Amino acid sequence: MSAPLTSLDRPNSYIGRSVPRPNAKRLLAGRGRYVSDLRLPRMLYAAFLRSPHAHAKIVSINTDEARKLEGVHLVAIGADLAKICTPWTGTLDHFKGMISAPQLPLPLDRVVWAGQAVVAVVAESRAIAEDALELIEVDYEDLPLVVDIDSARAAGGPVINPGSTNNICFRAQLDNGAVDDAFAHAAHVVEEEFSFGRHTAVTLEPRAIVADYDPAAGALTVHHATQTPYQFQDLYSRHYGIAEAHVRVVATDIGGSFGMKLHVYHEDMAVVGLSILLGRPVKYVADRIESFVSDIHARDHRVRARMALDAKGEILAMDVRDLTAIGAFSTYPRTSVVEGNQVIRLMGAPYRFKNYRATLEVIFQNKVQTSQYRAVGHPIACAVTERLVDMAAAKVGLDPFSIRAQNVIADDAYPQTSPTGYRFEALSHQACLKRLHELMDYDGLRAEQADLRKRGVYRGIGIAAFVEITNPSPAFYGVGGARISSQDGAILSVTPSGEVRCLISVTEQGQGTEAIISQIVADQLGIAQEHVKVITGDTEVTPHGGATWACRGAGIGGETALQATRALKRNILEIAALILQEQPSALDIINGEIVDAGTRNQRIPISEIARIAYFRSDTLPPGTQAQLTVSHHFAPQGYPFAFTNGIQGCSLEVDVETGFVKVLKHFIVEDCGRIINPMLVDEQLRGGIVQGLGAALFEECRYSETGQLVNGSLADYLVPMAMEMPDIVIAHVETPTADTVLGAKGVGEAGTAAASACVLNAVNDALTPFDATINSIPITPIKILKALKRF
Amino acid sequence: MDIEETAVKARAFSYFRAATIDQALDAHARAGDDARFIAGGQSLVPALSLRLQAPRLLIDITHIDEMRGVRREGGYLRIGALTRHCEMLSEPLVAEFAPLLHAAAPFVAHPAIRNRGTFGGSVALADPASEFPAMTLALDAEIEIVGPTGRRRVKADDFFLDLFETALQPGELITAIYVPLFKADQRFAFDELARRRGDYAMVGCGIMATCAGDRINDIRISFFSVGNTPTRVKGAEATLIGSSLDAERIAAAQAALEGDLAPPDSDEVPPAMRLHLARVLLGRLLGRLGESA
Repeated sequence: MSAPLTSLDRPNSYIGRSVPRPNAKRLLAGRGRYVSDLRLPRMLYAAFLRSPHAHAKIVSINTDEARKLEGVHLVAIGADLAKICTPWTGTLDHFKGMISAPQLPLPLDRVVWAGQAVVAVVAESRAIAEDALELIEVDYEDLPLVVDIDSARAAGGPVINPGSTNNICFRAQLDNGAVDDAFAHAAHVVEEEFSFGRHTAVTLEPRAIVADYDPAAGALTVHHATQTPYQFQDLYSRHYGIAEAHVRVVATDIGGSFGMKLHVYHEDMAVVGLSILLGRPVKYVADRIESFVSDIHARDHRVRARMALDAKGEILAMDVRDLTAIGAFSTYPRTSVVEGNQVIRLMGAPYRFKNYRATLEVIFQNKVQTSQYRAVGHPIACAVTERLVDMAAAKVGLDPFSIRAQNVIADDAYPQTSPTGYRFEALSHQACLKRLHELMDYDGLRAEQADLRKRGVYRGIGIAAFVEITNPSPAFYGVGGARISSQDGAILSVTPSGEVRCLISVTEQGQGTEAIISQIVADQLGIAQEHVKVITGDTEVTPHGGATWACRGAGIGGETALQATRALKRNILEIAALILQEQPSALDIINGEIVDAGTRNQRIPISEIARIAYFRSDTLPPGTQAQLTVSHHFAPQGYPFAFTNGIQGCSLEVDVETGFVKVLKHFIVEDCGRIINPMLVDEQLRGGIVQGLGAALFEECRYSETGQLVNGSLADYLVPMAMEMPDIVIAHVETPTADTVLGAKGVGEAGTAAASACVLNAVNDALTPFDATINSIPITPIKILKALKRF
Repeated sequence: MDIEETAVKARAFSYFRAATIDQALDAHARAGDDARFIAGGQSLVPALSLRLQAPRLLIDITHIDEMRGVRREGGYLRIGALTRHCEMLSEPLVAEFAPLLHAAAPFVAHPAIRNRGTFGGSVALADPASEFPAMTLALDAEIEIVGPTGRRRVKADDFFLDLFETALQPGELITAIYVPLFKADQRFAFDELARRRGDYAMVGCGIMATCAGDRINDIRISFFSVGNTPTRVKGAEATLIGSSLDAERIAAAQAALEGDLAPPDSDEVPPAMRLHLARVLLGRLLGRLGESA
């Protein structure tokens, strides 16, 4: 099924080839340079005193003893930083009517979640700063709490934001077609209420920042473990009143991000202010507990949904209500409503029905903020849709594969619009379904399941089709007024030795961005990959761009690199043509050599062109100015998003006595368009699936009735580990997007999008012999045992 | 050594490395109560980092020879307190004479923790969710304690008093654990129910039985993760002594757990669920024990 753009036999044809990541060896050898490794001269260390209360008035703060401690340089409270930092508000214009209270680095008079930073101490070591924290006295006065969705919505209950009449952040509605009519005439209706627990990213490297303000130059340098250095350059500039050109954000090696490292965090903003106040570098690295109580969380949805079908199992309509609780603020600058918005817009996405209605209510509560995390909204929309499809299949008497085959949009029917209004260029549900059926030996698994059931072994088989949003255009954030770029930029230079340096705005967090960019440049120019050096993540050096989020690195960053390389190649061939007295069109580049396009006979190496251009320009014809550096920007046009699709399958076993679930094998057939590096694509899928399985079975931020996170450690918050993870079998269908030359779409979130839905369906399939169903994620032993009424 | 300033978060403390037990006891006495013995540090170091504990002095006992080594001594296997968890897996004497400990060892946390954590440290901490303290109960082991008032041996049955509370007095050390040698007429079984391999179990159990053919002459069943201490279930034991392990007896033992256990309140594992899991686990282990006849 591989799309024919290049022949892998051609020299330098790296697109489509599993080449190792150039930076992998450096990282494996422990030569990575993370922000946590950084030590600058005169650097100080920040620590934060955090609120033990989920909602309380700050009556007084006594920092006298802390200030006296030897080695303490600064103790700052909310008012100190409010003098130099303007407040921020996490709303966007295209979410009509949404509200959120202004935020500051540290609160002035009220705390709104347990774990919120209240006082900052800067000292000569982190340990001294922590000693000083123990000497600070804060007098709090408890305020009424809002910790769950029901109490947040209760009439007359406590309200988090003063001046508001309720705890609603945002409401949205979609109503397409004739939903009531479809339900009135349906032969079958299935309905369920689902709940999805909060979880969080748990990156290996926690959030880390070193802010370094130089008062003499009026310049701020921030070494920041972030996915989006340009966004933060803009934010630090505007909120601290420093010209953008005097703000430099450097994001070098990053130990995982998953969407968590592109939001404004109060501590990070505070550290910039602390450095400005002190005129010295200040470092802050969140420890694991701090990460749990201050990194964004995600999910936390309660969805009631129903689906109408005709007698043959044709889906007629869906009707959905999503309630989601986000914390006391909407996150800045991307808001906390994007997840809910995507939940209601991704429902039913693989299927061709047209009648759809949804309401979304986004609610404030006294917990840490939620926001975008890998596969924003997708797992919820997918789990709800796919579980309803399975319930419908059971009701109509169809096999899960059959009902999906009957209802997915046909591969030859594109372009199409989803029931919720998304425009699809070209997807491949039918091909993926067919391939998965073979790949998992579905009939064999069913036979084995029936056989084992007789012996009291309960296996479950689940499948889940999905659609993923990738390559977002300005329709995502730009239209809402966010200064978040959807374009990327690249600067390519030929070195005097004939190698290529590529400075590009997409960033590397361990997923191999730099590898695929070097593959594209080498492929398109015709040089060996090891002669391409890719440089990312420094606003002083790399051009402004969107960087890496929402699965845009390969599709948008890759196309930027491709177009820039083609421009550089034209320039090289122009100079070569002058030197060789040929037409540029008669020449090509293979393996670093200029060749005759027709015969491929070698004429002159690029290194010789570079030597002449840089050192012997006197030998070129008069008037010639060699341009061996090009800069190029690319913004996606055409479809607002490049949607991808795929289907996952899962085989698992439920121990009906203990409620334990063992995932035996997981499968995915995925279509991300042009595959640049199959190995990296497969590992993105595997990593994404593992995160989805974590969500399905293990991960949940659990809170007490008083709003305390009760499992803020890696002993209590269970992330998926190797022993519990199954083999993951991967296959591909390739439907390149025609919106770009490269044809690549994103792949980083596809695994996470459907893995939990797949497990949900498989667990319910395993429980078929019992009068028991599961409608809540994560699927824990207690939920299964309760459903089975075992205690 | 140049310590990264950002990494050290414990409150400042003094450190003393003891070469002998006397040195360790003496150092502790001189520091008053404000000292902790440290061996593997797998529980103490996180507690220091979290500032849950902040002693003025840490006394490193890992270089005390007398507390090392595994050897036969009379009818016992003497396991030095400093024996690391990983040695419980690799030491042939443990596999031969204390096979229950050998069977439990792979369930103790993860390899990196097993490389440093010590048997004596685990027993001294008496975490009710840990495998080894509970196994000392099943094994009818004796714990050798040395302190300012001298040396004594305490039966495991008398050692675990309450949550993280043991017969150890301030300033006392465990030097060794004495485990009765495994005999030909004995059988054992171990398992636990943990969400992930290496996690603290939701419930776990180890069993030592002395049999005459199918008949159980004596049995000791010890659970962990069921309450404030490792817990022997004497009611269940009583239903089995003098019987063979048939389905009816196993069911009776499972039923007896309701009287033996009073699991703590917990959102994730409410008492009724933990009791259910304990019954399931006991049933499975007794089934295995029956099969190994």
